[in-house]
Amino acid sequence: MAGLAAVFGTGAMTNSLPEIEDNDVIFIIGSNTKENHPIVALRMLKAVKKGAKIIIADPRKVPLVRHSALWIQQKPGTDVALLNSMMHVIVKEGMADEKFIKERTEGYDEFLKGLDEYTPEYGEKITGVPKEKIIEAARMYGKSDKVGTFYTMGITQHSHGTENVYSLANLVMLTGNIGKRSTGLNPLRGQNNVQGSSDMGGSPVNLPGYQSVTDEKVREKFEIEWGTNLPSKPGITAIDMMHEAEVGKLKALYIMGENPALSDPDIEHTKKALKNLDLLIVQDIFLTETAELAHVVLPAVTFAEKNGTFTNTDRRVQRVRKAVEPPGEAKEDSWIIMELSKKFGYDMNYENIHKVFLEIGKLWPAFAGIDYSRIRKHGIQWPCPTKDHKGTPYLFKDGFLRGKGKFTAVKYRPSEEQPDQEYPFILTTGRELFQYHTGTMTRRVKAINEISSGPYIEVNPDDAKNLSIEAGNNVCVTSRRGSITLKAKVSDRPDKGVVFIPFHFKEAAANVLTNPKALDPVCKIPELKVCAVTIKKA
Amino acid sequence: MVLNLTIDNKEISASKDATVLEAARENGIYIPTLCDNPKLKPYGGCRLCLVEIKGLPRPVGACTTPIQEGMVVQTSTERIHKLRRTVVELLLSDHPNDCMVCVKAGDCLLQELAYLYDLQNNRFYGEKRQYTQKDGNPFLERDMEKCILCRQCVRVCEEIAGVSAIEIAYRGFKAKVCPSFEDDLNCEFCGQCVSVCPTGALSGKAWSRKGRTAKTNEVTTTCPFCGCGCSLKLRVSENEVVRVSSDPDTINEGWLCVKGRFAYEFINSPDRLDAPLIRKNGKLEKASWDETLDYIYDKMDSIKQEHGPDAIGGLLSARCTNEENYLFQKFMRAVVGTNNVDHCARL
Repeated sequence: MAGLAAVFGTGAMTNSLPEIEDNDVIFIIGSNTKENHPIVALRMLKAVKKGAKIIIADPRKVPLVRHSALWIQQKPGTDVALLNSMMHVIVKEGMADEKFIKERTEGYDEFLKGLDEYTPEYGEKITGVPKEKIIEAARMYGKSDKVGTFYTMGITQHSHGTENVYSLANLVMLTGNIGKRSTGLNPLRGQNNVQGSSDMGGSPVNLPGYQSVTDEKVREKFEIEWGTNLPSKPGITAIDMMHEAEVGKLKALYIMGENPALSDPDIEHTKKALKNLDLLIVQDIFLTETAELAHVVLPAVTFAEKNGTFTNTDRRVQRVRKAVEPPGEAKEDSWIIMELSKKFGYDMNYENIHKVFLEIGKLWPAFAGIDYSRIRKHGIQWPCPTKDHKGTPYLFKDGFLRGKGKFTAVKYRPSEEQPDQEYPFILTTGRELFQYHTGTMTRRVKAINEISSGPYIEVNPDDAKNLSIEAGNNVCVTSRRGSITLKAKVSDRPDKGVVFIPFHFKEAAANVLTNPKALDPVCKIPELKVCAVTIKKA
Repeated sequence: MVLNLTIDNKEISASKDATVLEAARENGIYIPTLCDNPKLKPYGGCRLCLVEIKGLPRPVGACTTPIQEGMVVQTSTERIHKLRRTVVELLLSDHPNDCMVCVKAGDCLLQELAYLYDLQNNRFYGEKRQYTQKDGNPFLERDMEKCILCRQCVRVCEEIAGVSAIEIAYRGFKAKVCPSFEDDLNCEFCGQCVSVCPTGALSGKAWSRKGRTAKTNEVTTTCPFCGCGCSLKLRVSENEVVRVSSDPDTINEGWLCVKGRFAYEFINSPDRLDAPLIRKNGKLEKASWDETLDYIYDKMDSIKQEHGPDAIGGLLSARCTNEENYLFQKFMRAVVGTNNVDHCARL
């Protein structure tokens, strides 16, 4: 998101989900859409029925490949080289949108110089994708009017994740595919309210609405509303909190509804850090792997037991409504926070949860026009600044928030950990259709567990043969951080030399293996999509 | 372009691409159907939407007949009524008719039509289909004796889900919907087929004996899993979510995935935390809210006094609501006094 924010001034999907069905070309890179955003994928299939073509760039043969016009199987971590060489072709063959570039962007000339070396041949050398396919993709992309570009963690969870996003931003600006209906750059958000939790100031540098904590005017506005002084020094990120906990600089951590002991890279390291805290408070609906380490566990409620709003991937604010009573003494997260706040002598007095929502609108103009009575069946998309504003289906119609869109010259940088003789395979991690994230909820559904019963590693048939591994064999997978044992699934989804493990399963947690040291320098995202491992039959 | 026609002596106009069924519906004229679904291509299988059109010798299916300028349509003559009644009667002659214990009772289209056409007795006796083999999958109940071969499930699986897990095999009386080679279902278990089934042939395994539609309340909310933001309709009975569906006119067009439709059992899991816990002598033990909040305040405040507010951090949640996240960061900033607030957007 930091990448997008730097280029355009805000980080969110630029378009709406319903617009997908009118795309001519749908370019999906680093997203297993059919499994991870199944209903978005249905819109894409609808577009195909209306004549759209899907291009997929993914190291794995993901299910949507079946419906695609072109599939590019780049090596994990080589996206910048792939995109640069596609752009090289687009420029060379005169498919760049000169008018758009001139009127709405800056930094083009310098960016252009950086593209010179990325011939399709050079692209092929780095990515392993035949140059013909690179050229074909560039032409499909470059010649179409309404291209929608979609990505997820396959782009961002790299030590060069921000650069990957810059490259995609370059691509959409180069071809003028942004700021119109059905054309834009769309990060699909992986969790129900990940957009909302970013919007609400879940960030060490931003107050709600992406308003900087270092901006005195912003702080003053919040200080008046909240009736107290606010800290001006930016805080530290989740990953840095773990590092500081490990060295004893961070003493207390309050975690609401997260499970870093399973979702963060290098689990052993994370657990050690959490155990080193003087006070670990975990607020959740189950005794998660993280809660097991806590000093205090606070019982919260599920989505079905509370009122409020979620903001989905296309900035759509939608209602959450209470359907059932929670068990025992479990309480709404909002109740817990307000009661705790009272103990500190700071009264948070809200008659009901709607009042909290209205306070957000006072502090963030994009929410100012929304109240619960306006949130109907289709929700309402921010920005929605006034009561008579209908919400905003797509962004940047009249310009980017930062003025002109900024081209960034990006050079391909290999992922930090490359396969070698000792660790010859590239491990990439992700989700599968049936489970959700760390499995806290889905693994407690019997039917789900029957169909998706445990951890596995996808191994290419050729690699399996070389290692004398058969489907269902137990294999031991080892990286420089640790080792796990799990069942082999022989599958043509990954290419030779690449293996995949879903990260849902604590009994063979993929994040025991992943690399916490390789962080994107700008947004501190860990390189969960590439690390080097070795595999042995167990 | 718009064409003018007459349906049941009413002069109406409709788009040139409309079928007779669509034109009638848009103008508030009811024609019964079992196989039609506005989101799927017309199929013309159930023969219930038969209408008479002036100049045509035989009744035709309204769902597959495009309108024409000047067309004169009759949708409810005595002849049509008899034909439709016979269609439903034939369907029932080969139906278990066990509405009393059927999961679909109360929102079953077939049951409703049997009632409308007053089918107390059936003129047709004979062999009934018997499918003893049930599917081994954990999500979908397939009670194929109740299938009326409307093919909505097959069509939704191919046209909407892009999976094509099922087709109609065999012909005539033996025709049935099944996966290739009559294996167990191998699909994504999105349950789109269940959502379009007009009878009790397809349902969710978890729904069984859990309160049918009439006994449940519905609450419209938003799915707690991925970022698609699908609108859910939770059906609640006895303080339990007993099934999930979605309305067609929502951002997700009524479609859901396996998690949204079937993964709600966790709400009532016996593993749910139901009291605050404090670690005492190395073990997490139940405590009252008051004791717990005091404990947190004492510890946190002394850390703050000794090491400053920046020795405290908070992680809010991509699962929680906007309001909760807002309050959480407000607590960290305004009460604790630190900007050490983050969440897992990167993970």
